[in-house]
Amino acid sequence: MVKILFILLVIFVGFNSDVAANQNEGNEIPVMNFDTFEPRLQQDDDKIHVINFWATWCAPCVRELPAFEKLHENFRDQGVHVLLVSLDDPRQMDSRIKPFVDRMQLQSEVLVLDDPNSNRWIPLVSEEWSGAIPATVIYSRDYHIFFEREFKYEELEEIILSIIK
Amino acid sequence: MKKLFFLFAMLFLTTQAIGQGYGIGDVATDFRLLNVDGNYLSMSDYEDINGVILIFSCNHCPYVVAYEDRMIELHNEYAPKGFPVLAINPNDTIAEPRDSFTKMIERAQEKNFPFDYVIDADQEIYPIYGATRTPHVFLLEKVEDAFIVAYIGAIDDNYRDAAAVNERFLANAIDALIAGERPDPEMTRAIGCTIKVRN
Repeated sequence: MVKILFILLVIFVGFNSDVAANQNEGNEIPVMNFDTFEPRLQQDDDKIHVINFWATWCAPCVRELPAFEKLHENFRDQGVHVLLVSLDDPRQMDSRIKPFVDRMQLQSEVLVLDDPNSNRWIPLVSEEWSGAIPATVIYSRDYHIFFEREFKYEELEEIILSIIK
Repeated sequence: MKKLFFLFAMLFLTTQAIGQGYGIGDVATDFRLLNVDGNYLSMSDYEDINGVILIFSCNHCPYVVAYEDRMIELHNEYAPKGFPVLAINPNDTIAEPRDSFTKMIERAQEKNFPFDYVIDADQEIYPIYGATRTPHVFLLEKVEDAFIVAYIGAIDDNYRDAAAVNERFLANAIDALIAGERPDPEMTRAIGCTIKVRN
């Protein structure tokens, strides 16, 4: 019985990650408030989570997106999960967000955080965050770091390699 | 070891970048910056004021644009009570041409800004204040000839919809100063556009 449950769980998890991997192609980008999003900041698993806060209108964010995409491409098999959290206005989902995600062919998981009272949730992401974007959280079970800055790929890779080691 | 050092160095730089700047109660520096009316402006040029609502702002940032009408209303409401809005553009205009001085003049005319709008052309003022984004508010109380930082942060708790605002952080802070009390909260945060520097 336990074995069957385990197998079912594996299938379920596997199925879910497939859905996650393809979700941008289907163009269903989830929109959520901070309370729904918050568990993503403290997932208790074996992965290294890279969570980047960005927006289509934020030039430095758009400039660094390819670095996060490359990180996703190069490290997803090593347990690195990249999550791109858009702070765009979800009312612009069809006019702006989806076309942008399509045009950039973003492969990392994308969601839209829709919670205008950012004074409440910014410190819950990091006490260090003043609110400027781009901003990035990188964490694993025993590691947590926050950056309010723009990244180049090599810098991200260096951080990930230092954690994996 | 080198990597660990690198990581600490980055962490240090990040903390540094945010740790700098003014806190509540600090004496804020005055400045002399070019205003959209073509004249240089200092905070000490204002006569008969009780303080200044200094807002690091710009033209291009959607969060600023969402707040422009509210900035106008704040000025119209509080300038008569001795707290004029003073907008200051900290962005490098090469890095962000939409924030050029010419475009500042255009925007001020389009929106008929009743407040002054100056440019931190040498990007020397915003780091002293510790501004990191636009919009980023520093409410200054004038005590004798000094400008004392009384409130730092957001205008209110809903950038998107003025009608859905629950707390007018900035207006409440000014009301507190007028009543002779301390603002509560004294510091808030909001998502904003990072200040643009030349690469």
